[in-house]
Amino acid sequence: MPQTAGTLDSQQKTTSRRPAGTLYRGNTGMWSWVLHRITGVAIFFFLLVHILDTALVRVSPEAYNAVIAQYQTPIMGLGEVALVGAIVFHAFNGLRIILIDFWNAKYQRVLFYVVIGLWVVTMLAFVPRHLINVFSH
Amino acid sequence: MTSTIEAPRSPYSRSTKKSGVNWEKWGWIYMRVSGVVLVVLIFGHLFVNLMIGEGVSALNFAFVAGKLTNPFWMVWDIIMLWLALIHGGNGMRTLVNDYATSRISRGILKVAILVSVVSLIVLGTLVVFTFDPCPAGAPANLVASFCTSL
Repeated sequence: MPQTAGTLDSQQKTTSRRPAGTLYRGNTGMWSWVLHRITGVAIFFFLLVHILDTALVRVSPEAYNAVIAQYQTPIMGLGEVALVGAIVFHAFNGLRIILIDFWNAKYQRVLFYVVIGLWVVTMLAFVPRHLINVFSH
Repeated sequence: MTSTIEAPRSPYSRSTKKSGVNWEKWGWIYMRVSGVVLVVLIFGHLFVNLMIGEGVSALNFAFVAGKLTNPFWMVWDIIMLWLALIHGGNGMRTLVNDYATSRISRGILKVAILVSVVSLIVLGTLVVFTFDPCPAGAPANLVASFCTSL
């Protein structure tokens, strides 16, 4: 059925693959938003735990070292890869959101792929070095 | 019986109060301003703690003592603590507003977020400012090397 601009009925407007007027429905705009929320929650709960474990420096060197030793185990070492991955995505996508809000929203899709690219580069710099530190001790 | 019907498509008023501070707007601005600063602070924090030297394997009480006796890292950590907790707490508030469906669950969750954020800001700030790098009676092999020369 041929369609010309301006003739979409309301049903077609709300179910079309590329809705007008919103960045956050469907495709890269939506998935970056979903990932931003999931990584944000994960980072928040880690932050709560991380402040509590760091506060143990005020208890005794033994107490702090006992907890920090848990962060140096292989399983937690892999957890740190996930944590840094979440932080790096949240950071770069947050900068993408700022660019969308203050610069130009029409680049949101290409900016999403820039975020993914920077994430890959950053993780390539971090993960091998970190895993060597974790598994060689 | 008379009633007033508003004209179709007339903009609805969000609230009865027309003046006062628009806190949601300042929250929105705060997320962006603190976010940019946090990218720098947290990337720096991760680089120094996880990338330099032997990374996570080198972390212990003496390492922290070296940082928390340096005014540069004290200021860094305090700013990071405050900005990150308020940024995270405000983000969690957004999620509660979106996903908690009853007024009561929203209230309980937001009070829980506020209590967590305030108590951890107080705790973290006290830890940084009252930190003792050379606690009395601590074994010399667990504290920083500068403790023995005091």
